[in-house]
Amino acid sequence: MCVAIPARIKSIEGLTADVEVGGVSRKISVQLTPEVHKDDYVLVHAGFAIQVVDEQEARETLKLFEELGALETE
Amino acid sequence: MNRASNVPRHPDIILLAHGSGGELSHELVTSLFVKAFHNHFLDPLDDGAVLEVEGQRWAFTTDSYVVTPVFFPGGDIGKLAVCGTVNDLSMSGAKPLFLSAGFIIEEGFPLASLQTIVDSMQKTAMEAGVEIVTGDTKVVNRGGADGIFINTAGIGRIPGGVKISGSLARPGDRVLLSGSIGDHGVAILSSREGLQFSTTLQSDCAPLNGLVAAMLEVSKEIRCLRDPTRGGLSSTLNELARQSGVGIWVEEDRIPVKEEVQGACELLGFDPLILANEGKLVAIVAAGAAEMILRRMKAHPQGRDAAIIGEVREEPKGKVILRTRIGLARIMDMMVGEPLPRIC
Amino acid sequence: MKFIDEYRDGEKARPIIEEIHRLADRPVRLMEVCGTHTASIARYALRKALPETIELISGPGCPVCVTSNRDLDKAISLARIPGAAVATFGDMVRVPGSDSSLALERASGRDVRVVYSPLDGLKIAEEKPHLKVIFLGVGFETTAPTVAATALEARNRGLKNFFIFSAHKTVPKALKALLDLGEIKLDGFLLPGHVSTIIGSRPYEFLAEQHGLACVISGFEPLDILQSVLMLVRQAKSRRPRVEIQYKRGVKPEGNPKALEVMDQAFEPADVEWRGLGWIPGTGLTLREEFGDLDASRAFDIRVPLAKETNGCRCGDVLRGLIRPEGCGLFARVCTPENPLGPCMVSFEGSCAAAYKYGS
Repeated sequence: MCVAIPARIKSIEGLTADVEVGGVSRKISVQLTPEVHKDDYVLVHAGFAIQVVDEQEARETLKLFEELGALETE
Repeated sequence: MNRASNVPRHPDIILLAHGSGGELSHELVTSLFVKAFHNHFLDPLDDGAVLEVEGQRWAFTTDSYVVTPVFFPGGDIGKLAVCGTVNDLSMSGAKPLFLSAGFIIEEGFPLASLQTIVDSMQKTAMEAGVEIVTGDTKVVNRGGADGIFINTAGIGRIPGGVKISGSLARPGDRVLLSGSIGDHGVAILSSREGLQFSTTLQSDCAPLNGLVAAMLEVSKEIRCLRDPTRGGLSSTLNELARQSGVGIWVEEDRIPVKEEVQGACELLGFDPLILANEGKLVAIVAAGAAEMILRRMKAHPQGRDAAIIGEVREEPKGKVILRTRIGLARIMDMMVGEPLPRIC
Repeated sequence: MKFIDEYRDGEKARPIIEEIHRLADRPVRLMEVCGTHTASIARYALRKALPETIELISGPGCPVCVTSNRDLDKAISLARIPGAAVATFGDMVRVPGSDSSLALERASGRDVRVVYSPLDGLKIAEEKPHLKVIFLGVGFETTAPTVAATALEARNRGLKNFFIFSAHKTVPKALKALLDLGEIKLDGFLLPGHVSTIIGSRPYEFLAEQHGLACVISGFEPLDILQSVLMLVRQAKSRRPRVEIQYKRGVKPEGNPKALEVMDQAFEPADVEWRGLGWIPGTGLTLREEFGDLDASRAFDIRVPLAKETNGCRCGDVLRGLIRPEGCGLFARVCTPENPLGPCMVSFEGSCAAAYKYGS
């Protein structure tokens, strides 16, 4: 029930951030994620950032996919 | 029949959804307009009617333009009005020649805006090689027309040997798309108040008669042509599948979508397949001619990103199947209602 | 697009699918409880990838679908108040109530506006002080904090013409209620990724500990869902049920404490009615006393006649996972996306809409 998508923070002013995804920008609220920084990726839902994307974990997840693939070809 | 719900099945009023080009529009056209007017010129429901007069075939079409906002990135309602009708004529394989232009203008509409729109229409008409030869103007009370509405009707001549209709697709034919989808839809959405996102994306609004003429030069084995305007690619493919009684199979990762369109769609929950395009066409062509026609399209400014996106098969009749980028296939359905931003 | 495209890679799907086939040598019944999962599974035809031994059932995860007719009728009656403008997410516009829908109300001249964010509703209230702007709050814990934050902001700006009609609901207790009905036998849950972004993984632990169910909190891209199914099958086979997080890039075990705090500031639990599940104590969110002046149900006298249920509509059974959409007699015959009789068909994420649109 939750269309939320990873977008990059281009700039922050107070509790409002300008984010972009695929070259499209929008202003959103970071009231729920006040600790964010420029260039962080956040999950955007209904005009708010609801979480910072953990880039390390993102890479780990992708690695898991690769590993499974590698296993298959052994 | 037992009424299973208290919500009216056919509410006795027209809804916005009736005008958006999806299922409800289709139903309104077939069950109301065609039913009342029916004749063998209208019934095929192609973009334009094909009339034969003294051995010469003509295409005749009309379209109304009610877009808001009236000025948008990459164009305006005037440019849209000329391109729309020029393109509808081109989809019958016709060379567009003459247009009419009827204006319904709201009292209070700035004269300067009207001048800009009219200049834009003339510029586009010259680019397309057509002339606006007759017209009409009406003014309505404030609130009656959202600024300005424009209707254009057009006539074009169909060269001999050209037979193009939505009902001619056959199993084995290839499906071609002249470029990226969703550009116009997203450009309009970005300039509407309320969604407030910014993009450098422009409408793809453009006349396609040059492209069509180029395609016809290399091959006459073009069965169907249609421009995916309201309702988007998915409505157009579904209409063609129904009209021809065939199954259309397309590959998701062959459909060109600009990154910005993808981004806007992800953000707001839209589907690029249902967004309007005003400068693109779908062509269904004989398999043997596909590569040759594709090459010619890519050499043309309106066809740079053209691609073969799928093929026609016997089954499932009247339906469109999409093979997703994950590799599994599902039905591509027509849009119902208007495109709305969603959270779910 | 970063963090999206990589999880849609068809090449990488194959080994996961093969491994699922290899491991699922006996029946495994899984329930997904998030409408966005329902939609993603249908959009990518993922059921086709799974072996016959795995049954993926849709549960009550679509907040639009579980909104009761009574709440819909109330929202519609709010739209009929002179001088009122209802601001709503697009999802709710075509959902049929007892006699009407917000779309029909708009067609009849009422002020109904679709917004992308509750903050857009706030903006309308600021720009049009003569309008009573009523925001229709629908959604689970993913959305509730955004509406709560908006309530706080309305306070800050001293707005007197902005109201919230809350039909928000929460997930974990509803899952308990569903299991307590004892109607279905399950091996595990595919848990909602973005609800979990807010609430974390702890609220689900009772599912594993008390009910012995395998649980995986899943992302929404096809690779996420496939990997989650694989993890669920592994858990089910190992007989070591626990709550695992597949969607690690978006979910921390503690969730988003700030969002939970904001949600708690504005909302408190309430007993509410779920379509299909009836009244479930403590699963609704209502504005606290301190925000009473923003609460549409207090500010306006909303009296609606007894809600009428559609004859033959089995949305409730679909939502409880008892039948597939095709099991409803109205499905595809009378109830279709252009003539939806129940929310499961009109919601973008409804099981029936997904089944109809994406076919078999």
